Amino acid sequence: MNEMRTLILDTAERIFRDICDQALVDKAEKGEWPAGLWQTLEESGLTQASVPEERGGAGGTIGDGLYFLKTSSRYVAPLPLAETLIAGVLLAEAGADVPAGPLTIAPVRKGEVIEFSDGKLSGTASRVPFAHGASAIIVATSAGLAIVDPESVKIDRDKSMAGEPRDTVIFDGASATIVGSVSPDRIWELGALVRSVQMAGALEGILAMSVQYVQDRKQFGRTLSKFQAVQQSLAAMAGQVAAASSAADTAIEATEAGDTGVAIAVAKARVGEAAGIAAELAHQAHGAIGFTHEYALHQFTRRLWAWRDEFGGEPYWQAEIGRQVARAGADNLWKFASRT
Amino acid sequence: MRAEVRAFLQKDYAAGGFGRGQEAMARYDVDFSRRWGQAGFIGITWPKQYGGRGLTFLDRYVVTEEALAAGAPVGAHWVADRQSGPLLLKYGTEEQRQRFLPKIIAGEAFFCIGMSEPDSGSDLASVRMSATRVDGGWKLNGTKLWTSLAHICHYMIALVRTSPVNPENRHEGMSQMIVDLKAPGVEVRPVYNLAGEHHFNQEVFTDYFVPDENVVGEIGAGWEQVMSELAYERSGPERILSTFQTLVELVRQVGDDPSEVEARAIGRLTAHLMTLRGMSVSVAGMLADGKMPVTEAALVKDVGTNYCKEVPEVARLICPPEDGAGNSKYEKMLKTATLIAPSLTIQGGTREILRGMIARGLGLR
Repeated sequence: MNEMRTLILDTAERIFRDICDQALVDKAEKGEWPAGLWQTLEESGLTQASVPEERGGAGGTIGDGLYFLKTSSRYVAPLPLAETLIAGVLLAEAGADVPAGPLTIAPVRKGEVIEFSDGKLSGTASRVPFAHGASAIIVATSAGLAIVDPESVKIDRDKSMAGEPRDTVIFDGASATIVGSVSPDRIWELGALVRSVQMAGALEGILAMSVQYVQDRKQFGRTLSKFQAVQQSLAAMAGQVAAASSAADTAIEATEAGDTGVAIAVAKARVGEAAGIAAELAHQAHGAIGFTHEYALHQFTRRLWAWRDEFGGEPYWQAEIGRQVARAGADNLWKFASRT
Repeated sequence: MRAEVRAFLQKDYAAGGFGRGQEAMARYDVDFSRRWGQAGFIGITWPKQYGGRGLTFLDRYVVTEEALAAGAPVGAHWVADRQSGPLLLKYGTEEQRQRFLPKIIAGEAFFCIGMSEPDSGSDLASVRMSATRVDGGWKLNGTKLWTSLAHICHYMIALVRTSPVNPENRHEGMSQMIVDLKAPGVEVRPVYNLAGEHHFNQEVFTDYFVPDENVVGEIGAGWEQVMSELAYERSGPERILSTFQTLVELVRQVGDDPSEVEARAIGRLTAHLMTLRGMSVSVAGMLADGKMPVTEAALVKDVGTNYCKEVPEVARLICPPEDGAGNSKYEKMLKTATLIAPSLTIQGGTREILRGMIARGLGLR
């Protein structure tokens, strides 16, 4: 890891540890914007870590931004960090300046199209993350990439099961300027990438919580960690978490190298599967306390359950890989799988 | 390196040199191993003075994964290449290295692992085979069990007790010795597996003489030596490719225009394989850097062997063999994968032992 990345991750770790606690996440889920956390991250240059300096960012690579995102998810930071990262990448690719403040992107669901003609937008995007409160919505329209002022569109608020804003944005009649081109599937692909990375971070979080909990909690006169059944269960969970983390890191490295191949598809499919299995094991290890609102585990597991279905769940990406494998043919399967 | 191995395998296969199969460690072809050795693919990390190529551990990874992915019968030389040779390089005498390594590299000396015994499976520290001091060497009495391919191997590296059990420290008093399986005093008996195949053996030692020059490393240091040997055994490509040919034939069976359900199934199995490969390569990198990634290696073996077992279970649901689709190769691979599956999470450390090691790595024990 280079010096820049070490600095970014150390700074991030310190900020999240100091500020991003269970109470802050709880308040954010109830609708209170964590302005202090956002401001601290933005002032440290972390919210636009991978945007070039001349475009308003910190000048890191996309890998820097993605590993920062992984760290943020170990603390379930309740901010549109992933969406701001994608927006920054799209704008930088289009050669446009990146506005300050929290950003989001639209559309995020397959089949939704935002039309652009005569300077006006039309169409509706649903389940847009953190649309209200964003300083700009970066929209992949039929005519290219547009920067849209949230004040100029109608926003119906809703939330995911994780308590994260997922709003419906009605663009009809709003004006916009096209700042560059964007391929239609780019948001979808970057979305799958960031959710994989976020899930991998949250999975590391629930493994650490579970390991801590079974060492603290005593039953039958000994800590839960002394029971072989509990040890075996947590070891199985560690296997899922290690696989998820490896798949996410591989996707990050491939993106950094500019040749993603199927790495993002593999990551979303594999991490999504690990999320369900590991969340189940984490709750089982925690017993009843893990099912309460008072204890923080649900802040992680509700996000895992929500994120695994966004930007294509496991079946979508599995089928995508499967069709590519089938087209390549049986005798090329190994070449396909060992492509490095 | 990859291109060189692929070219050899394609040419050898095309010339009818071998048939593709699964659980390649259990499949052997002495002639193939000799060709493989003569092509320079055994002991490639070992120093040139013994006939090796002085290449990196990651080069070796590429060579072994290509052989396994091609379903080549690598069983005969497998143990010598993976662990006996490295053990001799690490703990053996110069005389032992010169005596054995060139023959291993040439594909002419095959080794097996003499660890388990009738009353000593997962609990390796309970081995009982005794070595008593005699003039010029040691006399062995006892039985080894589950020894893969001992019937075709020339040598075994046996873990024996050179002093009685110390209840305070059961890991004391063990030593490793090279056993010539063709010498008098050892009887190799077959143990047939559930498919009726001869892969395992039982060896009964009666006053078997081991000369001093065949002791590996320090007398009494057997436990530490064995533990370092096992790290190489856990995380290699063999733990993720045992049923790969079933997946290959499933892809062939499904064809180039799969249904949604078929595409999901092969896509899922491929995603798992690619992820496991990334994990396994990363452990190989740590081993190459001289680290001892015990927990990471155990994780790869646990997740990898579970995956290998899942492949035939998924395949049979997607393409039921009794539907008689006519691809007999698919049905053959599915059958062998189903029959070998139980062994995958037992050999080289059971699932329970591995998860215990992982739990220790997590700080739970």
